[in-house]
Amino acid sequence: MSPLGTQVVQAVVDGVLTGGVYALMAAGLTLIFGVMDIINIAQGILVVLGAYLSYLLSVHLGLDLFVGLVVTVPALFVVGVVVEWAFMRRLAERERTAMSILVTYAVALVIEGLLSVGFGTNYVELNAWYVNRSVHLLGFYLPDIYLFGFALAAVLLGALYAVLYRTRFGASVRASLQDRTAARLVGVNVERVATICFGLGVAVTAAGGMVFGATNAFNPNSGYDLISRLLTIVILGGLGSVGGALGAAVLMLVIEDVVAVVWSPIWSDVVFFAVLVAVLSVRPVGLFGRTLSRAQ
Amino acid sequence: MTDVAALAEPRDLEQVRARRSALVKGARGAFWAAFCALLLAFPVIFPNPTVTSIAVFTVIFMTAATAWNAFSGYSGYIALGHAAFFGTGAYTLAVISTDIHMAPGYGVFSLVPLGGLVAAAAAVPIGLIALRTRRHTFVVLTIAIFFIFQLLATNLSFTGGSSGEATPAPAWSAGGYNDRFYYAGLVCLAVAVAVTLLIRRSRFGLQLLAIRDDEDRAAGLGVAVTRVKLVAFVASAFSVGMVGALYAYFLGQIYPQFAFDPLFDLSVALMAFLGGLGTVSGPLLGALLLEPLQQYFTLQFSASDLYLVVYGALFLAVILFMPRGVVPTVAGALAARRERRAERGRA
Repeated sequence: MSPLGTQVVQAVVDGVLTGGVYALMAAGLTLIFGVMDIINIAQGILVVLGAYLSYLLSVHLGLDLFVGLVVTVPALFVVGVVVEWAFMRRLAERERTAMSILVTYAVALVIEGLLSVGFGTNYVELNAWYVNRSVHLLGFYLPDIYLFGFALAAVLLGALYAVLYRTRFGASVRASLQDRTAARLVGVNVERVATICFGLGVAVTAAGGMVFGATNAFNPNSGYDLISRLLTIVILGGLGSVGGALGAAVLMLVIEDVVAVVWSPIWSDVVFFAVLVAVLSVRPVGLFGRTLSRAQ
Repeated sequence: MTDVAALAEPRDLEQVRARRSALVKGARGAFWAAFCALLLAFPVIFPNPTVTSIAVFTVIFMTAATAWNAFSGYSGYIALGHAAFFGTGAYTLAVISTDIHMAPGYGVFSLVPLGGLVAAAAAVPIGLIALRTRRHTFVVLTIAIFFIFQLLATNLSFTGGSSGEATPAPAWSAGGYNDRFYYAGLVCLAVAVAVTLLIRRSRFGLQLLAIRDDEDRAAGLGVAVTRVKLVAFVASAFSVGMVGALYAYFLGQIYPQFAFDPLFDLSVALMAFLGGLGTVSGPLLGALLLEPLQQYFTLQFSASDLYLVVYGALFLAVILFMPRGVVPTVAGALAARRERRAERGRA
């Protein structure tokens, strides 16, 4: 293969591996949207919060990053439940869209401010024995952390799938997704489902944040970049569709990595958003979106 | 709703209410006259450069919040990408004044309306694409377009990249330096408020409100929804672009991450919301409260981190206690009090 060809294939492989992690974070976002009709702008900064929690545990307690998830995932679940309980359920039905975005943005600001006060704005990175190692396979370099992160994402997404499609609770979530009123009529406690889903949607950012922090240097400002990418992914995937978020995450990360190789890394970010604008100007419901009435 | 209730009520109450509303109208006129006089006289009363510098930023944000509200407040479409227009205005002034080697001084102010025009021109294609979508998708699309602009400002060569672009530095004496920017800002504010009033009191504004309440029904009743939304969007971008240009000239040097600041998007939305979405006075009040607060924190603690916490917490508190914003809540409370008094007067 020509050198460029090898690079492109390498970029595709990288894109698929990192796309898995983005898929996990985006799945949380789209789940929250689907059940509650809310866009959680704080999702980006919550990923950063997850990364900082992992940082604390690994630096001060010497806990392995993956073991630390046992603490950080439940911690962020609690954060999610508290935010839902304190603000989300108090929003008036009529202005839910606008208000939810502003409220979660304000929550994001508070978290960003607290992180800046606590950790300063210097970039930090998560470290572990597998962070700077890679496997050499068939002429390609596969960084260990990408492989581990992908495996983690696959396991957690599998668990999410199992919860959604194999449990009674999952059935009530899917019922609430389809029609809140009808779900309530057949006895689903929609408020409780919403609270738990918000918690779950936020909890996955702990895992996503850990992998993000191990593959990127981050500071409290990193939330903006993350949320803009995650939003692009969930809109492209069709809001509320977990499967669509998976497809869009992998697709977008592959496109970004390939553009970085064949064109230039500085333009790959622009392409990310340009794809969204281009797709939406042709197909306002996104790539995998359902009907207009639901997606909008 | 209240109008229907008024029709059903006895005449004497109606008369009491008419007298009161005349009184309220007079008081309101006096209040606005005093407010304008205070705005005009402010640098004379407080000549301290630190204070007037805060005043310049405050007037810039009063304009931006008013302009944002003229579109988002009345149409119900929450745009979180107006920083794209702010930055476009800023870069228009910075790039042109540098490229044609403009002499520093009053002449550069002539580029301020041009900044607005370029921003408005940029808003046409953006609006045509973004306004095809609604609600969440619209919000996200405006954020995405904003990031494209920020990345372009960083990556294109004519913008000076991440090292930014300087604007001509006028040799005005430190004493009245800020005042010139302050009064230029007041002109921009007058334009933005005039646009809002024009929208509010016209058939066009009613069409916009109809879109906010039910776009499909408005379309069914013959409102040219796309055109109405687009015109409001472009008008809003114009005022934001103007103050963006003024901001660039005032600062003397702009960088992509500050001219295109995601916090700007949230700030103007919070200001408009805090004061009261879809009111004329709301965004003014919101900006008057929040922008000096931010400047104070920046000066006092030399870091804006704590300010983020205060800002966010303040907003969340308002949501919990005054979910409609300050102006509508207070107005509602006053109206309720008048009502009670009128009831008592009747009894």
